[in-house]
Amino acid sequence: MELTLKNVSFSYNPDAKEPKYAVKDVSFTIRDGEFCALIGHTGSGKSTLVQFLNGLMEPTSGEVLFNGENIFGKKYPLKTLRQKVGLVFQYPEHQLFEETILKDICFGPKNMGLPKEEQLTRARHAMELVGLPESYEEKSPFELSGGEKRRVAIAGVLAMSPECLILDEPTAGLDPAGRDDILGTVRELSDQEGIAVVLVSHSMEDVAVYAERLLVMNSGTLVYDDTPRNVFRHYKELEEIGLSAPQITYVAHALKEKGFDIDDSVMTIAEAKAEILRIFRERNS
Amino acid sequence: MNIIEILHLIHEYKEYDENETETETVRAIDDVTLSIEEGSFVTILGHNGSGKSTLAKHVNALLLPTGGTVMLCGQDTLKTEELWTLRKNAGMVFQNPDNQIIASVVEEDVAFGPENLGVPTEKLEKRVEQALERVGMTAFRMNSPNRLSGGQKQRIAIAGMLAMKPKCILMDEPTAMLDPVGRREVIQTVHELNKQEGITILLITHYMEEAVDADRVIVMDGGRLIMDGTPKEVFSRVEELKACHMTVPQVTELAYELKKEGLDLPDGILTTEEFAEALWNLH
Repeated sequence: MELTLKNVSFSYNPDAKEPKYAVKDVSFTIRDGEFCALIGHTGSGKSTLVQFLNGLMEPTSGEVLFNGENIFGKKYPLKTLRQKVGLVFQYPEHQLFEETILKDICFGPKNMGLPKEEQLTRARHAMELVGLPESYEEKSPFELSGGEKRRVAIAGVLAMSPECLILDEPTAGLDPAGRDDILGTVRELSDQEGIAVVLVSHSMEDVAVYAERLLVMNSGTLVYDDTPRNVFRHYKELEEIGLSAPQITYVAHALKEKGFDIDDSVMTIAEAKAEILRIFRERNS
Repeated sequence: MNIIEILHLIHEYKEYDENETETETVRAIDDVTLSIEEGSFVTILGHNGSGKSTLAKHVNALLLPTGGTVMLCGQDTLKTEELWTLRKNAGMVFQNPDNQIIASVVEEDVAFGPENLGVPTEKLEKRVEQALERVGMTAFRMNSPNRLSGGQKQRIAIAGMLAMKPKCILMDEPTAMLDPVGRREVIQTVHELNKQEGITILLITHYMEEAVDADRVIVMDGGRLIMDGTPKEVFSRVEELKACHMTVPQVTELAYELKKEGLDLPDGILTTEEFAEALWNLH
């Protein structure tokens, strides 16, 4: 799978003398198994980009290519694309509606016109992927906790066997354990099932732990496309555009300032721990 | 003086199946006793479903006790016939900024509360002006709220509360949907209101970093109050917090992890500076 944005722009007044752009000349490609995070302040153009990726919005210029084919070309099957590029909206639990969890997850495959047997197989597999036990099949989705409801919603998208999964702030409003749970599951989907993931997030701490690649938007343009480590080196520039680095990165900088010989590109607790222990070990030996 | 007095509060609700027959009684709040001092900044932590929001909704009588009592500014929420006066004392700000804004111009939105309280027009304008100034949104007075960022919308929602001159503001995860800067804006605004106006703040959050500057941190689990202390005291109990689906600020966890490896660091380190200092002293 290859999903490409090629010089895409979006403007609400493209014919004006000086058009205002929500997205301006953005290009990148997402491939199988990649775990990307998309960050940017409110209004930076993230949501517009995300909607290009599965054809919900059409750019005013530029192309969106799925495996090399223009998805806005004539007769391109957008419906099939939306199964292959699954989008999980913010607060997806508000979209649950069926009487039982199994029925809710079957909704997608049913709409794809798959036979009943296949619907069930897919729904059950999706439940397994997100870690919902079999005993939940006949439960009402409304009896579940916030984190569990979100799993059901994600399973509903997974049941359509997407090759790329886009999640818009899947952890908003969840407690810390619920956050780690959902992101751990998404990470496994990417590692084991080879699903490409685009995670829209406001948590720098989360993207530092889970993402391999960071796409940073500001005022409609893509300002960074690199590993989280390389992006967080620019923590001062990130602050200027309404973002920040993980708290650990600030800890590392504070230690360096104090005079510690620390690698200040650390960004997770585990990395910082290893680095500090190394310093103390070297000092003692 | 205590602005909020909660005594042996119990809240139960019944669940029904599809035939409307009662299936079970759920106890969401299980015997909570708690006093909140006027002018304090209290953060409430707890996993999803631990009872935090249910507790907060009792303070301004959005929910009423099944057992026990809740007093706000000396008024019993069960006995009062003056719900309006009671709610005027405790404004509430919710998670989703878009669900709380009702007018098409910022100043009208801020005026909505006091207008309903019957504040006369001359005074109303003054109140709106002051409230917007307080949250740093005066420049947006005539704007349409839907063009604002999430953090700005939450500040408008807070201004709407302020215009009603509450003694206490209850905030239920006001930063859950905001970007890092929006989060900082809102938390800073709330701290200023607390310090400068003496408004009591009850902040529910899942971001541990936001609890660090509170006067007091309360942790709920299973409808009960399981911890109550200063941020330093509460965040020293790393294992217990993790056991109930919580965590601690990243720097606190790093210090805790290093301590486990034998570095002699103090418990409950809360800030980057504190950590750097403590580690340097060891070095």
